[in-house]
Amino acid sequence: MIAASDAVEEQIDSETEFGFWLYLMSDAVLFSLIFATFAVMSTNLAGGPGGADLFDIKNLAVQTGLLLISSLTIALAHHAAVGGHVARAAVWLVVTCILGAGFLVLEVRELTEFVVKGAGPDRSGYLSAFFTLVGTHGLHVTAGLIWALTLIVQTTLTQPGPRLLSRLSRLTLFWHFLDIVWIGVFSLVYLPEFL
Amino acid sequence: MTEHVSLLLGRLGPDALPFYSWVAFSGALVTLAGGVGFLAVVTWLGQWRALWTGWLTSVDHKRIGIMYIVLALVMLVRGFVDAIMMRLQQALSYNSDGYLPPEHFEQIFSSHGTIMIFFMAMPFMTGLLNYIIPLQIGARDVAFPVLNAISFWLTAAGAGLMLISLVIGRFSTAGWTGYPPYSGVEFTPGVGVDYWIWSIMVSGVGTTMTGINFVVTILRKRAPGMLLMRMPMFTWTGLCSSILIIFAFPALTVATGMLALDRTLGMHFFTNDAGGNMMNYMNLFWIWGHPEVYILILPAFGIFSEVVATFSSKRLFGYPSLVYATAVIAILSFTVWLHHFFTMGASANVNAVFGIATMVIAVPTGVKVFDWLFTMFRGRIRFEPPMLYTIGFMCLFVIGGMSGVLLAIPPINYSTHNTTFLVAHFHNMVIPGVLFGYLAGYMYWFPKAFGFHLDPTWGARSFWFWLIGFLLAFMPLYLLGLMGMPRRMETYGNAEWQPLLIVAFIGACLILMGIVCLVIQLWVSIKYRRALRDTTGDPWDGRTLEWSMPSPPPEWNFDAVPVVTTRDAFHEAKYSGTPMKSVPQPGTLHVPRNSVVGPCMGFGGFCVGFGAVWFIWWLALAGLAVAVGALIGRAFVQNTEREVAPDLGAKTT
Repeated sequence: MIAASDAVEEQIDSETEFGFWLYLMSDAVLFSLIFATFAVMSTNLAGGPGGADLFDIKNLAVQTGLLLISSLTIALAHHAAVGGHVARAAVWLVVTCILGAGFLVLEVRELTEFVVKGAGPDRSGYLSAFFTLVGTHGLHVTAGLIWALTLIVQTTLTQPGPRLLSRLSRLTLFWHFLDIVWIGVFSLVYLPEFL
Repeated sequence: MTEHVSLLLGRLGPDALPFYSWVAFSGALVTLAGGVGFLAVVTWLGQWRALWTGWLTSVDHKRIGIMYIVLALVMLVRGFVDAIMMRLQQALSYNSDGYLPPEHFEQIFSSHGTIMIFFMAMPFMTGLLNYIIPLQIGARDVAFPVLNAISFWLTAAGAGLMLISLVIGRFSTAGWTGYPPYSGVEFTPGVGVDYWIWSIMVSGVGTTMTGINFVVTILRKRAPGMLLMRMPMFTWTGLCSSILIIFAFPALTVATGMLALDRTLGMHFFTNDAGGNMMNYMNLFWIWGHPEVYILILPAFGIFSEVVATFSSKRLFGYPSLVYATAVIAILSFTVWLHHFFTMGASANVNAVFGIATMVIAVPTGVKVFDWLFTMFRGRIRFEPPMLYTIGFMCLFVIGGMSGVLLAIPPINYSTHNTTFLVAHFHNMVIPGVLFGYLAGYMYWFPKAFGFHLDPTWGARSFWFWLIGFLLAFMPLYLLGLMGMPRRMETYGNAEWQPLLIVAFIGACLILMGIVCLVIQLWVSIKYRRALRDTTGDPWDGRTLEWSMPSPPPEWNFDAVPVVTTRDAFHEAKYSGTPMKSVPQPGTLHVPRNSVVGPCMGFGGFCVGFGAVWFIWWLALAGLAVAVGALIGRAFVQNTEREVAPDLGAKTT
């Protein structure tokens, strides 16, 4: 009987995971359309400032570093959870959240700075596309943080089990996905301005 | 443009009430009376608890399916009222103002299109998918029952925003496609376009999740032996349609989201100045919009395939070709979006590529029509109402297909662009193609869902009114288009157009009779449900698994999940006399418990939309908090299932 219920649990898990992959594909389409719009509008400065006038390479390097390291720490959290070390997993999740929050703080600070400088999203088509692309990514990171915090609470409050592990593995997937999107932002939005 | 925005009520003020036109005011009264009347009846009958536990919080795919279809039928009536009002206006308004103020006429054609696509056709389709697909593939439920409820409630929230726009504020005047720069804040301030944006954005999120849910359900929850090439055609078309939803709906979210950013935060995606690019909107919108046509019509093709095989008492002709044709259409649907704006000014070569791609889609569609014809060939055809709608579809759809091929030729498109020829064409596709399909499905599967038939006489009457009404309403529009009449004319000065527009109005009146017949059919059938009862579970001599179970099916669907050995396995088993094998079942089964997450998400989504429309930001944030809170809360619910014992003397085949 236990074996049978395990099999059911496993089937549900694989369905959830498959569904989550489908969601990621849908989200990838969403991001690629925003990327495409950005590419179309990348020269529409309307006499306003461009990326080269605005971007700060140090800020970018720290932001990217934080997000990439957080991808490592969430993988460590997942690894610990698979091995049954719940406490260690929770600690790595906390570290991930701190890194992710750091990324967001830097991002918000950068965007606020632009707005104060008069380079807000209403300045030009280019800046609209820039703010929307970066902002959509940032909102996803925020959602990921809420998710991670929920999981941290759950690991401390409830019995760890296969469902919790399944949630963590999907969050890991989501987080890596956001990392890949960021690499796209890094190489298509920021990098060309420094070359 | 400088409106007063208060912290508490945003830009909502007393001038939001519909006193600008007596027609709009009566519409608002009817909407209110409908809502209040419904609440009053439920209260009077003392059915609140039954409604709440039996329906509103239910996560049973069959209940959700029925709620979707009820929503669709209500919205069909609302959308049709818009349609007949437009026909009346145009029949009257030769050299005169007619009875509608221009701004109100514009709201009506915008809401008609928006309602019919997003809140009639989409829920109707999703409802049928919900009810039927798990039964056809031998599954006990969809893959994600609670997500399914959330999808429904977000759709309902979008429909609610749509309906309330008639009472509080105004709806968009920018047409159902909302093209900028007209839909931008510079030319259309006010809340209309925002209502349009948020009602389709909220419901679009729900639809995306429906797509994910059904792809997983169909690919992972089939009964043993139900190989892909043994799946019923309706399931196949549902699968292709769901895949299209997953890949196409993000484009709608992006297009409407950017338009919202332009309007609300003053961005410059689609504005005329400051580096905006309005052509990008057309591209984004139709990258969603063209697949959407196939999202709607493929399941209808699936229904026609089921109906034509059942009522011809024959195996479906050319099943593999139908499957491949469906898949080819699904892929090609992403390659033709530019034909919606040939006149935008892309180069001749670009237009030629998209024109040819458009014509190519006619090939797999033609394959399907021939398959249905050959299924009927030498069959013993029973002319029940679902079959009538199917035959009517085949006759009319071919006409629409041919006018579509004409429109696919860029030079012809230049002269027919934005004329009523186009209006006639796409109504010729979606009324016989989509709506007849769903009505056929509604009448075909109704006995399965409720255990009694719909009255066939009133069904046949509704069909004839729809058929003749459709021809009278839309064939004149082809002619008018060729005579050069632009679409969406509130008034006109060409005397030649008026007789044809009067004919079109008469056609709309016949369609009204068709709708009245549908209502009478439902009423008569409920009244005489004892005489119309179906005790067999298989009233039409069906072929697919849903007919193997009692009508209505138990909550857990199958007492024992069948083992499928061939296509139309139930039909084979019925006629060979050897019952289908089934998977041995444990004594008790688990079904999901009710959940309030769906209604909470719907309520939250509605508040987000309403707050964003009126700039009541605290409300939008509160709505978001409710929605996110409901999701987080759901993650802490431990006991999500309850046990049921299936063997209560129910029959097994």
